[in-house]
Amino acid sequence: MSYIPHTEADRRAMLKRVGVASIDELFDEIPAAVRLKRPLAIDLGLTQMEVEAELNRLSAANAAATATCFAGGGAYDRYIPAAERSLLQRGEFLTAYTPYQAETSQGTLQFTFEFQSLMCELTGMEVANASMYDGSTAAAEAAAMARAATGRHAVAVSAGLNPEYRQVIDTYAEGLEFPVRDSVDGETAALIVPQVDFLGRLVDVTAAAKQAHDAGALLVVVTDPSLLGVLEAPGHLGADIVVGDGQTLGLPMSYGGPSFGFFASKMDLVRRMPGRIVGIAHDHDGRRGFVLTLQAREQHIRRAKATSNICTNQAYCALAATIYLTLLGPQGLREVGELSYQKAHYAAEQLSRVPGVRLAHPDAPFFCEFAMRAPKPMVAPLLERGYLVGPDLGRWFPDLKDAFLVAVTEKRTKAEIDGLVAAVREVLA
Amino acid sequence: MSEPLIFDRSVPGRRAVTFPASDVPAAPLPQGTRQSPPRLPEVSELDAVRHFTRISESIYAIDKGFYPLGSCTMKYNPKLNDVAANLPGFAGLHPFSPEGGAQGALAMLWRLERILCEVAGMARFTLEPAAGAHGELTGMLITRAYHRHRGDDAKRRKVLIPDSAHGTNPATAAGLGYEVVEVASDARGGVDVAALRAACDDSVAALMLTNPNTLGLFDEHIDEIAAIVHGAGGLLYYDGANANAIVGRVRPGDMGFDIVHFNLHKTFSTPHGMGGPGAGPVGVVESLVPFLPVPLIERDRDRYHWRWDLEHSIGRVRAGYGNFGVLVRAFTYILANGRDGLEDISGHAVLNANYLLARLGELFDVPFDRRCMHEFVVSAKTLKARTGVRALDVGKAILDRGMHAPTVYFPLVVEEAMMVEPTETETLEVLDAYAEAMAAIVAQAERDPESLHAAPTTTPVGRMDEATAARKPVVRWTGEAAN
Repeated sequence: MSYIPHTEADRRAMLKRVGVASIDELFDEIPAAVRLKRPLAIDLGLTQMEVEAELNRLSAANAAATATCFAGGGAYDRYIPAAERSLLQRGEFLTAYTPYQAETSQGTLQFTFEFQSLMCELTGMEVANASMYDGSTAAAEAAAMARAATGRHAVAVSAGLNPEYRQVIDTYAEGLEFPVRDSVDGETAALIVPQVDFLGRLVDVTAAAKQAHDAGALLVVVTDPSLLGVLEAPGHLGADIVVGDGQTLGLPMSYGGPSFGFFASKMDLVRRMPGRIVGIAHDHDGRRGFVLTLQAREQHIRRAKATSNICTNQAYCALAATIYLTLLGPQGLREVGELSYQKAHYAAEQLSRVPGVRLAHPDAPFFCEFAMRAPKPMVAPLLERGYLVGPDLGRWFPDLKDAFLVAVTEKRTKAEIDGLVAAVREVLA
Repeated sequence: MSEPLIFDRSVPGRRAVTFPASDVPAAPLPQGTRQSPPRLPEVSELDAVRHFTRISESIYAIDKGFYPLGSCTMKYNPKLNDVAANLPGFAGLHPFSPEGGAQGALAMLWRLERILCEVAGMARFTLEPAAGAHGELTGMLITRAYHRHRGDDAKRRKVLIPDSAHGTNPATAAGLGYEVVEVASDARGGVDVAALRAACDDSVAALMLTNPNTLGLFDEHIDEIAAIVHGAGGLLYYDGANANAIVGRVRPGDMGFDIVHFNLHKTFSTPHGMGGPGAGPVGVVESLVPFLPVPLIERDRDRYHWRWDLEHSIGRVRAGYGNFGVLVRAFTYILANGRDGLEDISGHAVLNANYLLARLGELFDVPFDRRCMHEFVVSAKTLKARTGVRALDVGKAILDRGMHAPTVYFPLVVEEAMMVEPTETETLEVLDAYAEAMAAIVAQAERDPESLHAAPTTTPVGRMDEATAARKPVVRWTGEAAN
């Protein structure tokens, strides 16, 4: 099907006005030597009905998506309120672009200001930007910003950080030519630590802050914002920059994207911050409104001197989080954290009772995710029984070859947890 | 009447969403939980629905009207794309799902990659980059890795970029420590070939080029340009920002480019979402495949899987597998259009642009007297000299007429530039209405220029004092009255 509205009469009239005989003639300036002289080797277009049938078929061929989800490692199956899903379908939100014309984009700018404020409230920081691509790239940009702010060379990354984030930081470091180390020294611009590590364990952020600050480095904390109704704000524990992924604030897992990264810091770092920032402004009649501000940091003004090459952000996903946090409020967010915590601890206890299965770190306090050891691979056989767990940890951690992650959110019921435990018993029987 | 901040609607104790009580035995919370709760708004569900509905009403969008923002390709975003991305088997898929439980998603990604390779004339694509600028970063990391592999990186420290380029090009190259060398445009708006030749030596890592360029002009010397850069040992990077003009007509690979990024939110009609999420997949020629980021999608007979062991890979540029939901939308759009539809897209995008250029050319200066591609640049230079009304004023005045402004003051090489990209999904009537609105603005400029300096006057707010906002930034709600 085609989305082109032209009738044959339209085309004739327009070609006449332009002064050419055919559409093909409009491409005459392209040298013949480079032009494509055959049709693209792609199927012919389909009707809407046919496309939908094909997409339904592909969607249905993902058994993992309909399994009861206990998987973690940075993406989580949280509840998305109906009002949020409904509001997000509005075409104004979907089909507008970056608010370059402030007069006709006040809604975009206002929710972004609200989003920035919400991120500051959650993280305990003084300023937040309009969002980044995801948590991993936000962490890499935080490393780059810390280097610029401190004039120091290297960054140190804690071993507990999400290994995918570490890989992305390594890629950026290779390109920007700076060393990534495992510990803090006199050259360290930033120490990057998770608030809850990849294996679900709670990290002593206050101690990390002391370690970083004693060495003259900044502390970058990577956190899951959906837990900040219960966990202390990193800004109150000594963080200088707080980043993370926002998928848990009302976005579907969608095979890992799109979500958004958030990026918050102390105010004295704002002029080195990457990405868009919205601020309050007034028009000539004194009416309050919002604009993109501090643009002297950005690529479209500064070109080669910009703080980052970031152009757009993940505005639509940031809107989802803004609506989500509005609908939940402080009490709702606290309930999400507490329910996840309670149910995860129940699941850990029940799973530990299965012969052969044990917690990988029985003495470490965890929040809503934990590593389990088992005598044989569990991910595939559990999926056959309708339960998604994982990922397997041996891929990144040689000492956890026999372990996998289990994450429990507010969505999981006791019956589902008991069902998982029974399935584990069955696999091991 | 402006909409208050959501925080100012908050009443302690009011709630929208509640959760079921815990059905498991209580476990004591760990030490060090939050001392004081975050000050999130406390509102009813209806409060929230009204707030976000009202703020949506003050946003101009493609779904409301014509949005000819040059270089942004604001075409219709078919609703079918969103339906597809929200299907439970896609939206509910966890990124660490075993490959066996995600074969439908993997098959979709594999097919999308083959299609992008065919459209671009490239050997392989990575679907990881989350946006065009992220694609540029990925492409330049590949460039660096390639030269490093050849032992050439230490001397290849320059990246050549035309003076008409997007700001992301120099920001990307400079961010990676390259020296950015600007190449001048010639009298026909293309790359000045003599200047390029003079700038090309063995210190050049790459040329970053958009073709058609930001003036909406196809560079007729592209084969010569490619030969010069390749002759000096550099790579050619294709910024796909303007690919909507060329799909099915000419391929970057056939023009001599080595690395390509497409903006799926432009060419393949995924919604811009007020500034993201986008997707910026990067394609490369055969010799650069070993440098692509991991993972890559592979097919063995009917089974799809991720490949992690690329010989010289630059590593990972993002967690997960790219903006998957955006990739689903682009795939849906391509299935619907097919090869016949894609060729019609570029054809009608170029037809609409040339038609509107013919009409607006009667009102404004036309800096390059040539056929345009999918977009064009006109200038308000003469209008300004005669009436004092600038491109900015014209852009603001069109907002009062219920349509969107062109991109103004870009590209930088044209004074008082107004860059217009109508896209293929607009009707003749819409284009005519835009031309007539522009004619009315020019007539008003002759008659009463002062009135245009005050535009817009029908929007929720007028022109904002950005200088004060940047000097005294207020970038968050603090609990005190914000205005």
